[in-house]
Amino acid sequence: MRSQVRSTHRSTRRSSRAVALALTATLTTGLLGACSGDGAGGDDGAGGGITLRVGVFGQFGFEEAGLYDAYEDLHPGITIEQDSVTENGDYIAQLRTRLAQNSGLADIQAIEVGNIAEMTGELSDAWVDFGEYGDVDTSHFAPWKIAQATDPEGRIIGLGTDMGPTGICYRTDYFEQAGLPTDRAEVGALFAGGWDAYLAAGADFAAEGPADVAYMDAAGGMFNAVVSGFEERYYDDAGEIVYQDSEAVATAWDLAVEASEAGLTDGQQQFTEEWDRAFANGAFATVASCPAWMLGYIQEKAGEAGRGLWDVADSPTPSNWGGSFIGVPEAGEHREEAVALAAWLTAPEQQARLFTERGSYPSSTTAQQSPEVLDATHPYFGDAPIGRIFGAAAERIPSSPIGPYEQVIQEGITDGLLLVDQGGESPGDAWDEVVSGLDNALAE
Amino acid sequence: MTTHHAKAASPASAGGAAPGPRVPRQRSASGAAVEARRLERRSRRYRWDVRFSPYAFISPFFLFFAAFGLFPLLYTGWASLHQVSLSHPNDMEWVGLGNFTRLWNDEFFWDALRNTFTIGVLSTVPQLAMALGLAHLLNYRMRGSMLFRVAMLAPYATSVAAAAMVFSMLYGRDYGAVNWALGLVGIDAVDWQSGQWSSQFAVSSIVIWRWTGYNTLIYLAAMQAVPGDLYESASLDGASRWQQFRHVTLPSLRPTILFTVVVSTIGATQLFGEPMLFGGGDANGGAGGQFQTLGLYLYEMGWFNRHLGRASAIAWTMFLLLIVIGLVYWALSRWVSRSGGEEG
Repeated sequence: MRSQVRSTHRSTRRSSRAVALALTATLTTGLLGACSGDGAGGDDGAGGGITLRVGVFGQFGFEEAGLYDAYEDLHPGITIEQDSVTENGDYIAQLRTRLAQNSGLADIQAIEVGNIAEMTGELSDAWVDFGEYGDVDTSHFAPWKIAQATDPEGRIIGLGTDMGPTGICYRTDYFEQAGLPTDRAEVGALFAGGWDAYLAAGADFAAEGPADVAYMDAAGGMFNAVVSGFEERYYDDAGEIVYQDSEAVATAWDLAVEASEAGLTDGQQQFTEEWDRAFANGAFATVASCPAWMLGYIQEKAGEAGRGLWDVADSPTPSNWGGSFIGVPEAGEHREEAVALAAWLTAPEQQARLFTERGSYPSSTTAQQSPEVLDATHPYFGDAPIGRIFGAAAERIPSSPIGPYEQVIQEGITDGLLLVDQGGESPGDAWDEVVSGLDNALAE
Repeated sequence: MTTHHAKAASPASAGGAAPGPRVPRQRSASGAAVEARRLERRSRRYRWDVRFSPYAFISPFFLFFAAFGLFPLLYTGWASLHQVSLSHPNDMEWVGLGNFTRLWNDEFFWDALRNTFTIGVLSTVPQLAMALGLAHLLNYRMRGSMLFRVAMLAPYATSVAAAAMVFSMLYGRDYGAVNWALGLVGIDAVDWQSGQWSSQFAVSSIVIWRWTGYNTLIYLAAMQAVPGDLYESASLDGASRWQQFRHVTLPSLRPTILFTVVVSTIGATQLFGEPMLFGGGDANGGAGGQFQTLGLYLYEMGWFNRHLGRASAIAWTMFLLLIVIGLVYWALSRWVSRSGGEEG
């Protein structure tokens, strides 16, 4: 009897130990499995259907505009799933590692324009060449957009989604107080002489305008507006880094320093909390480089109080700021289907829809000429005919060579301008700091 | 005999985990031999159990540590001897100690080291001093002491992201609450983020806010372990409250203080989240790198400039630096405990 009791006791002990061991084993193997088994998505098996995964960053707009649902209705058997990472910085870090390891990739991946040179350069092999697929029509895109996504061997690794042709955003009420014209055509004419004319209007504004309002937000914004109007900025056609000798950088730097030293800036850094709140407080009268997508940003930050006060005029040298591409990684299981979906998502009709629903300006010239884009107006910006303003700007965007360190160089220089604009450093010292900082950042 | 052995080997017989003494049953000769073998086998298994089970039970930690601690450490060390791009982490080009020697002439590295040190001092010293004082106050009998203790720990439980966001808004140049309050008393607005000292002060204040409560509770726990009769006899000898704090509390807290200093130093050396979020998510630590810590410089080098090899070298230098600091503290603690022993 006693031994019987004992034996049951032991057996429960043994079994609980077995459970503990099994648990440990599953935990550890599960852990190891989690490291290795992160394959690219796959068939869901049900009815031979295919699941396509799309990896994007931020509020990319495809899902929000209902494009996935529309495609699924057109193609029964295809299910689309989206993975979204909020910040492009996190998204691109993840995408890089996954491309390098060729695993964990979605069937379609978004690429921001700041990262496209890296993809056409070092990582080009990881992407499908759209040129190999005969039914993909690439003729409807703006030529420079296709050029940006083409690698040195002529492979097209990305299809353009949106782009950011720039205008100049300004506050009509402040312009009126300063005795400057308020009508967007007249303001455009006022600036048409170039960035010197823009700064001359700034001097008038400083003299006559409201005392506690700056003419523009940031020296860095001024720099970007000027530098982007040139063909050659940080890289030459051969892909060499030339920012130190580039006419574009020198001109833009001098104009930005001039604006700062004349007290025309609000000393802001763009895309910071302070900048956002400066919009809400109406602390400045113009934004020198105001791409199509920034209208929504200004509307959100300036709020209802700013409705009808903001307007948008032609820039003397329109350029492109931002915009994205989508590409199909070679590692995907359903490349054919993914290419078809990518072509459909970037086709003119879908780009036009993305514009009307989400405000992303199309990179397809066909879509730009479509009536719903051409006749679009923006109620918040005094019913400005943004379709025509940005359409005209889009035609004048220079085709600039982009290099892999585009973002690093641009941020290095705007940081230097911040030292002048906020810290009161001399422009010469600040430029030396830019160069030594970039030498360090770019050294392999 | 085997049963005896088993009993002797069992460390936890009270818990019922080991087979207790058993009475050998009468069997035939061959039966007894089988029984003896069975017992022998069982006892061997039992010995193994006792000897190896503890290792099996702690193995998950070590497996995790090997996967997420040791392997990255060694791999980082290997990468630091190579030129590696983040875009192609598998293509490594041997450069020997080049990534380390270049740090010697790297002004940005030295700036970051200096910033890490000054922010570390600015945050750790007031933090621990305040924690000690607060713990002393909380150690008194008072109403709602539990409430105060929980309130102390609330900042520690706040996510660093939320805290840093709120603080960077408070320290805003044009619309921040701190400058608004300074304006009320007639002080000009400070551009917190662009100044060297102002930005480091701001970052330190986030660290202080988050960690003071945590250290307070550690000190409080240590204070409550100090025997009450020490205070009693001190007060009988006519020691004031301050003298009691100075001559009873502080000496008893020495090991605890050393512990918090070590932990805070390690935290300060690795400081990353607070300056990153204070700078709006940029790793540059301000336009002039005025509050760029070593952690931020490492991140910027690896993930923004995409030089993984150089970033790895910075990581290893930080690691070696911490080992040196650890050795200094170890020597210090030996010295403290020896001199403490002499005193006692």
